[in-house]
Amino acid sequence: MLAIYWVYLKTSIALQFQYRVAMAIWMINRIVEPTVFLVVWRTVAIARGEVGGYGAADFAAYFIVLMVVNQLTFTWIIFEFEWRIRNGELAVMLLRPIHPIHADIADNIGYKILTLTILVPVAILLTLLFEPAFGFTPASVALGAVALAGAYCIRMFVDWAFALSGFWTTRTAALNQIYFMLVLFFSGRLAPLDLMPAWLERLSWYLPFRWTVWFPVELFLNRLDHATVVTGFQMLALWLVVGVVLVQAVWRLGVRKFTAVGT
Amino acid sequence: MLAVDVRRLSKTYVVPEREAGLAAAARSLFSRRTRSVEAVTEVEFGLQRGEFVGFVGPNGAGKTTTLKMLSGLLFPTSGHAAVLGHVPSKRERAFLSRITLVMGQRNQLIWDIPVIDSLERNRVVYRVPASDYRRTLDELTELLELGDLLERPARNLSLGERMKCEIAVALVHAPEVLFLDEPTIGLDVTMQRRIRQFLAEHNRLHGTTVLLTSHYMADVEALCKRIIVIDHGRILFDGALADLVDRFSPLKTVVVEVRQDSADLSCYGEVVACEGLRHTLRVPKSQAAQVTGRLLADLPVIDITIEDPPIEDVIEQVFAGGLDRPVRSTGA
Repeated sequence: MLAIYWVYLKTSIALQFQYRVAMAIWMINRIVEPTVFLVVWRTVAIARGEVGGYGAADFAAYFIVLMVVNQLTFTWIIFEFEWRIRNGELAVMLLRPIHPIHADIADNIGYKILTLTILVPVAILLTLLFEPAFGFTPASVALGAVALAGAYCIRMFVDWAFALSGFWTTRTAALNQIYFMLVLFFSGRLAPLDLMPAWLERLSWYLPFRWTVWFPVELFLNRLDHATVVTGFQMLALWLVVGVVLVQAVWRLGVRKFTAVGT
Repeated sequence: MLAVDVRRLSKTYVVPEREAGLAAAARSLFSRRTRSVEAVTEVEFGLQRGEFVGFVGPNGAGKTTTLKMLSGLLFPTSGHAAVLGHVPSKRERAFLSRITLVMGQRNQLIWDIPVIDSLERNRVVYRVPASDYRRTLDELTELLELGDLLERPARNLSLGERMKCEIAVALVHAPEVLFLDEPTIGLDVTMQRRIRQFLAEHNRLHGTTVLLTSHYMADVEALCKRIIVIDHGRILFDGALADLVDRFSPLKTVVVEVRQDSADLSCYGEVVACEGLRHTLRVPKSQAAQVTGRLLADLPVIDITIEDPPIEDVIEQVFAGGLDRPVRSTGA
């Protein structure tokens, strides 16, 4: 299996080199969004001294780490699936004696490796510009890295399962839009979740997005108490199991549906 | 054991149906009408190992649906199919590793990177040992004349070059059964011939079982001793190509060249063409020898040939209602 991942990874990196301009353009969005929120919240914090316990330097740290965590864990598989089903690419994938998710994971990792070459300099630049208060400790970074790996797998599995809606509806764009709105509001990308309205913050506990973005960010920054860390890892484990079961179940149903109706 | 064993295999699609217009579109939001379309109906055939069989029919006849059912891409509505002892719809890895399906318009090649990388990807995915891969690649490179194509990205190849590479990628894992759906579609005559030669050679060397669909009867004539004709989801004929011609073409074509201007040959048969001294007649098969004898006796003949009608004409006749019930020839 490692050999398969290696060959897919090499293929992905070779392809990304072909699409380097597109890669840079796609990166802009994922850099601009957290930078805009950083500037807005930092301005508010400077004007008011602090917002909900976050000072200007805390907001800077939060959004810089969020930018990295979000970039490393996001997937674009939802956009791919409708196309795959429509143009017959899925039929070709189904002929191979391997689950297509492996190709997607390797492809995603290949893209992430290359985009680090843009992301790291940007993160350093933002650090120099906004003087963030990173609360990193060796333990917080180690735990953050473990949470990041879990978050990556959960996002991949849950997004993949959601993308399979393409088997049942010919136009997944509308569903995708709802999904991305949920991710935006419940992952902490707009603001740290403890600053959001109480109902929204409470609701976020029952969705995976809190645990796959906000939790690793706050863990890296060493802002969580022991009980929240334990809960966070329990939720990551739970969502990991849910993600794996979901992918397997929906894939089995989806393939049955696909093989019943064809392309 | 048969390589491919198909018994009473059927596939019915349920398709949404609605009338034209905005009102019908609005109504369809609340009540969705569907209808069943029988794509394949109780199809039966078997392929021996190493057989190269043509699967022929007009567009929408059920060829691709059958091929997809046999390669595990479509779940049959009823009936039974076994390929190398596997049930295709179970899509077991062991099964997928032993077959390939080449679809004319779909591709396994990765568009933007060199062909060799797509081959390498399939080598790893199908777990082909390096030594076997080297041997297969050398053979494919030689037979398909891949040469410098391997180093070029698929997007820079012509349609024919790309098809050669598609076939190579599909054969890296040395499949035992090949389902080929229009492998020569859109190619020029030279490239069609090249692909044809390769397929014949590959079948001879490896004893692969091949089920080929093609709209080019030249493909079928060159490669297949046996032909299965399908239309409206039902098999109309299954047997030797020669039997098909014997059975469904009651006419022979006599081409005669006579040393006599403006000769009227209509008393010998139906004159279908007349170009200078050369006349083409259509005569009943049973009278062909007699007519030939009379022509030689009556006229100053320079040259004379008796031919079967083109295979396209015979097939057309089968589709046009030459058969009320399926014919299974024993000659194949």
